[in-house]
Amino acid sequence: MVGLATVFGAGGGTSSYEEVEHVDLMMLWGSNARAAHPIYFHHVLKGIHKGMRLIVVDPRRTESAEWGDLWLGLDVGTDIALSNTMAREIIVNDLHHRAFIELATTDFDDYVASVMDWTLERGAEVTGIPADVIREVAHAYAKADRAMICWTLGITEHHNAADNVLALINLGLLTGHVGTYGSGLNPLRGQNNVQGGGDMGAIPHHLTGFQEVENDVVRARFEQEWGSKINPKKGWHLSQMFEAMEEGELTALYVIGENPAASEADNQRTHKLLANLDILIVQDIFLTHTAEMADVVLPAANSAFESEGTVTNSERRVQRVRPALQPPGNARDDIWIIAQLAARLGHDWGDPSAHDVWEEVRRLSPMHAGMAWERLEELGGIQWPCPDDEHPGTTFLHGRLWSEDPAEQGRKAPFSVVLYEPPVDELDEDYPFRLTTGRRLDSYNTGVQTGEYTSPLRREETLDMSPEDAERLRLREGERVRVLSRRGEVVAPVRLALGLRPGLLFMTLHFPDQVDVNNLTIDAWDPKSGTAEFKATAVRVEKLEEPAVASGGGGGE
Amino acid sequence: MSQAVPLDRPRRLLDLEIDGRTTRAPEGATILDACRAEGVDTPTMCYAGNLTPVNACRVCMVEVEGSRVLVPACSRPVEDGMKVQTDTERVRHSRKLVMEFLASSVDTSLASTDWLRWMGEYGADPSRYGAAMEPMETGERDERWAGHHHDPDPTIAETVAQPVKVDNELYVRDYERCVLCYKCVEACGVDAQNTFAIAVAGRGFDARISTEFAVPLDESACVYCGNCIGVCPTGALMFKSEHDMRAEETWDEDAQTVTNTICPYCGVGCELEVHVQDNEIVKVSSPEDHSVTSGHLCIKGRFGFSYVQSRRGRDDRRPR
Amino acid sequence: MEAAPTAEERAAVDGLLGPPETGWVGATERSADDLRVVRAGREAREQRHLLLPALHALQAGVGWISRGGLNYVCQRLSVPPAEAYGVATFYAMFSVEERPANVVHVCDDLACRGAGGLALCGELERDAGPEGADAGGWTWVRSPCLGMCEQAPAVFAQRAGRPEVALGGATRETVAEVVAPDSAVICAGGVGAPQTADAGSRDSLRLLRRAGVVDPTSIDDYRAHGGYEALRAAYEMGPGRVIEAITEAKLLGRGGAAFPTGVKWQAVSTQPAGPRYVVCNADESEPGTFKDRVVMEQDPFAVVESLTVAGFACGADRGFVYIRGEYPLATERMEHAIGEARRHGSLGDDVMGSGRTFDIELRRGAGAYICGEETALFNSLEGKRGEPRNKPPFPVTFGVFGRPTAINNVETLINVLEVLRIGADAYAAIGTEGSTGPRLFCLSGAVERPGVYEVEHGATVRDLIALAGGVPRGSTLKAVLLGGAAGGFVGPDMLDARLTFEDARQGGYTLGSGVIMVFDERADLVDLCLRIARFFRDESCGQCVPCRVGTVRQEEALHRLVAGTPIGSAQDELALIDEVARVMRDASICGLGQTAANAVQSAISKLGVFDGGAA
Repeated sequence: MVGLATVFGAGGGTSSYEEVEHVDLMMLWGSNARAAHPIYFHHVLKGIHKGMRLIVVDPRRTESAEWGDLWLGLDVGTDIALSNTMAREIIVNDLHHRAFIELATTDFDDYVASVMDWTLERGAEVTGIPADVIREVAHAYAKADRAMICWTLGITEHHNAADNVLALINLGLLTGHVGTYGSGLNPLRGQNNVQGGGDMGAIPHHLTGFQEVENDVVRARFEQEWGSKINPKKGWHLSQMFEAMEEGELTALYVIGENPAASEADNQRTHKLLANLDILIVQDIFLTHTAEMADVVLPAANSAFESEGTVTNSERRVQRVRPALQPPGNARDDIWIIAQLAARLGHDWGDPSAHDVWEEVRRLSPMHAGMAWERLEELGGIQWPCPDDEHPGTTFLHGRLWSEDPAEQGRKAPFSVVLYEPPVDELDEDYPFRLTTGRRLDSYNTGVQTGEYTSPLRREETLDMSPEDAERLRLREGERVRVLSRRGEVVAPVRLALGLRPGLLFMTLHFPDQVDVNNLTIDAWDPKSGTAEFKATAVRVEKLEEPAVASGGGGGE
Repeated sequence: MSQAVPLDRPRRLLDLEIDGRTTRAPEGATILDACRAEGVDTPTMCYAGNLTPVNACRVCMVEVEGSRVLVPACSRPVEDGMKVQTDTERVRHSRKLVMEFLASSVDTSLASTDWLRWMGEYGADPSRYGAAMEPMETGERDERWAGHHHDPDPTIAETVAQPVKVDNELYVRDYERCVLCYKCVEACGVDAQNTFAIAVAGRGFDARISTEFAVPLDESACVYCGNCIGVCPTGALMFKSEHDMRAEETWDEDAQTVTNTICPYCGVGCELEVHVQDNEIVKVSSPEDHSVTSGHLCIKGRFGFSYVQSRRGRDDRRPR
Repeated sequence: MEAAPTAEERAAVDGLLGPPETGWVGATERSADDLRVVRAGREAREQRHLLLPALHALQAGVGWISRGGLNYVCQRLSVPPAEAYGVATFYAMFSVEERPANVVHVCDDLACRGAGGLALCGELERDAGPEGADAGGWTWVRSPCLGMCEQAPAVFAQRAGRPEVALGGATRETVAEVVAPDSAVICAGGVGAPQTADAGSRDSLRLLRRAGVVDPTSIDDYRAHGGYEALRAAYEMGPGRVIEAITEAKLLGRGGAAFPTGVKWQAVSTQPAGPRYVVCNADESEPGTFKDRVVMEQDPFAVVESLTVAGFACGADRGFVYIRGEYPLATERMEHAIGEARRHGSLGDDVMGSGRTFDIELRRGAGAYICGEETALFNSLEGKRGEPRNKPPFPVTFGVFGRPTAINNVETLINVLEVLRIGADAYAAIGTEGSTGPRLFCLSGAVERPGVYEVEHGATVRDLIALAGGVPRGSTLKAVLLGGAAGGFVGPDMLDARLTFEDARQGGYTLGSGVIMVFDERADLVDLCLRIARFFRDESCGQCVPCRVGTVRQEEALHRLVAGTPIGSAQDELALIDEVARVMRDASICGLGQTAANAVQSAISKLGVFDGGAA
């Protein structure tokens, strides 16, 4: 979200799902949407059947890649190298959109200078993709009438996540593929309401509606509405919080609906830090690993099925959720819990309904102002920005950039100089394999939710490996092996996967109780976005002579 | 500038006549659209708003002046000056016989209430083709070889009766309810999911919906999105929970509520219709006219709700 | 793991498609490049049209389509296995179960049944056990009409690893010879020259003038007999004038629908720019029809030339010939002719030095009557189940691969050569006002000399029967089936009916595909009705309800009548049969369902077959 907000001022994907059906060229970059965002991919498929050309950039040949007219299996973490090489190829062939660059962007010269040594040959050398293919893709993207780049965690779960995103945005600016129907730059949000969390201000430097917390005017409006002072300094993002715990600066933690004890990279460190807190409060629908460590657990109603409220999806559509079930036992709605907490802290907020809260959002956030509760119902959700009651919502963003009128155009979009840096966890003789992670279709995150239904597709955690590597290491399908990183180890059965090339391994994060893959991952994180590098871990694989017994977080059936 | 750009050309309005009444319909609309706009009740079976019409069931047939044969309303676009008759003896005869053909060969008892009403209104009597055949053995119909004849037994009417296929925990395939409307194949195929786990196999009356070599679903390409269930008009494809409750006679649609909410998984934001009976989710669907889903979901959205209910009565249970 | 193909299966498929290019489509090794870049997507999916040829390759090479074999084909062509299975199980020539290497299809249809077909089935049952049973590497099954009615009884044999064989005048001995492991039979000849109006003089022949005279394997001989003069003339005239000539000649389609060929070509030629196709419908499957087979066997270059003319006139640079799967000799001759035409520059990038491009691909059907329906044929060409499409849109705007397509049957096409040879006026002067030109008829059943006869439009049924030598001495004519199973029966009172489009329309009979099948007093009309009902039940594609269920209900009702166990009275059953007929005619998607009751209805109403209940 940081990259888009930096360049455009609004941290949301630019385009609607429906537009995807009318795109000429789609680059799916670091995203296995077929498995991770199946219904988004339905729109992609409609586009494909209407003639869209699909290019998939992913180290693995995924289910999504199988639909690609072209798949580029680049080396993990070389996305910036690829985009910079494409950029140079576009520029030296005069395929960039000069008029748009002139009209709507800044810092172009710096950008040009930064990509000029990314020749096709160097790009090929670093990424592993043949030079002629990079050239073909660069030309195709630049020449397409409507072109879109979509990405997911393959771009953002790196130590340089924000730079990765900026590199893709650069391509959009360079070719003018932003701000028009059918062209755009779209992150697919991995989790329900990640977008909404950001919209509502659950980011260290924003208040609701992407308004800067460090802006005095903005803050004054919120302070007036709330009748209380707001800390004028931006807060910590997740990785900074853990660092602050390490430093002893952060001693109390209130966790709502997250499970960091299972989901964070390098979880031995995470456990230690959580255990050292003065107080840990967990509000969740389950007694999660994190909740087990908590001093206070607040049982919550489920947000999708037992609560009233709104969420925002990846096309910026604010949608209403409604309670279909009564929550069990003492579980309570999140709003009620928070209001009660406020009361215990001496603030009487009464017993606000979701609708009451939403009215407050509309008062404070101009981009939500036109989203009356009833209109959200009528229109099946509304895409922000929606400034007034007549506004239909915004299907695509940044059309303003094309305006000749400076007032209407607003702030021009800056190019960003992004430098290629390889993954932090380097490969060497001891750790020669690149382990990357991702999702499977039927599972979700740490499996807390999906573990409860009987999926015929579900397999236990496996170490996915190319048949060539398996042969070289004399491993059979299903054979249990030890996987070691510089931080820890796990034991898992081998599964042969045709989508992987030699040297590349894959695991999910879905089965932490069985195989805790975050024993292996590195907590190197992106200073701009706070995202950890789940996607690039250096490991080695050892054949087990004897059947393994549970050890070090691994093992177990 | 950041507003939606209208893509479609403004559509011309065409003049046509339905049952002698003049009316107008936009260019590109079908006769069915025009009939529905006019309030002309038109029976359908294989039609669905979120799928390409296959016009296979032939129950929506109408007479169009100048056409030698009847015309499927669901797929024929209206033309300027078109004269449509929906209630002639010829139309009524065809509709009635199609209803009889289906009901005499397939168990349509779980079809929509509209369908059952139409059966009555058109005077369809499936029994006049003879006594229904005994169900075949499991798999027997799957082995019928195209063109290879089986002489009919003159004492019975052939049906597709056969045992239900239960090969997974999420949904069942009860092909004696299958009217071969092709909707599941379309939903599994290019109209939505593009998984192509099922197709029509065999030929003629022996045609059936099948995986390759009739393998169980877990050996097929099926990804359990359940979009086939979402479009099935006769209950041939059904949540296993519904199938089991029906078997136990605890299924009670009158006691159910349907609540719209948003799927709790990935960030796409799919609209769910949650069907609840006795504070338990018994089925999940999606509205076919919603721009995000067009009525289609993935395995998590359609079946992944159990975690909410797993807390009931065992709140202290640790999740996996 | 997915079922893997055997080496034999790989070889069979690779024989058609060449070896796989990457590890993603079946190569056993994956190269480093394979693991970096894959080109797939649309390009890969567009190979779907090769599905039937690939299934044929498996079936012919290995004798059946196994899971491993099907998977391999699917991998090569980017087709989902369930879809491919749906296609494989649609066609009677494909088997998805292991079966004996040699399968003999014995025709027990209308013409063969009384002419030794049923007797042969009985003998084979005694020799080899029931249909489908393994009799030591071979088996036999009953078959619908094999298009060799003039040589009844006919059989067609699929032999794994060896060429398929069609045999006329089959006996248990010749069947044994065909299936023997050391069989020397490659493709049964025995197809004599077609019967002509006057055995002494061939001068009056136009469509058949080369048949039996020219060497069907020699393009030089074809040229020596006037071949490629029509194409040369067409090039001189230009496409517009060719279409004009065809229109002025009033050439009507001979496939059954009698649509004006000029109108069709005009419509295709005026479509917006983009790929267009011409298709020769050689999927001759109407019971009793064999004229197109004879033409293709005897004068294959004429089909190639006329399709080239069609391509030129319509602005198509690619043509398909979709030939019936059970026609091995015609397939061989057509394949050879296309190859020869390519070698001689009569097909390819520079046809006859004109700078124009045109080429033809031959595609085989696989045992499905419905694929003679033009839109079903398109689907089959595209590698799909042969299910007809709803019309509109019509083929001239939305044909094969969704592109404008002119589709004509074999006989129609070779008439084009005649129009160009003698001129539109001269052609239009032949025959009658409403039915111009010559016409081929297929005489079979109770006549002395069954065969293909060419006459000018206007001849009567009696004329044709006389040409074929009349009914055998001592027999009496009882009924004639005109137009095949989709046509109808007439009684002896109709012998003077003229065989023109206008007379047929007026008189309530049909010329269909030119079938004149004669039955004498020995024929059991009830049995024939049952056979026809069975034919439609077996050949219905199953897509639409009126036909899928209607053909079953029609057959059941007939069986109840025959068994003497009607529901209600016999009259009630006849009324029910009539109701079923109406919905099939009114509401079916295609001509199959719309005509599936015709013959039975005509037998009831014109011949009184079920008068007084069961016969």
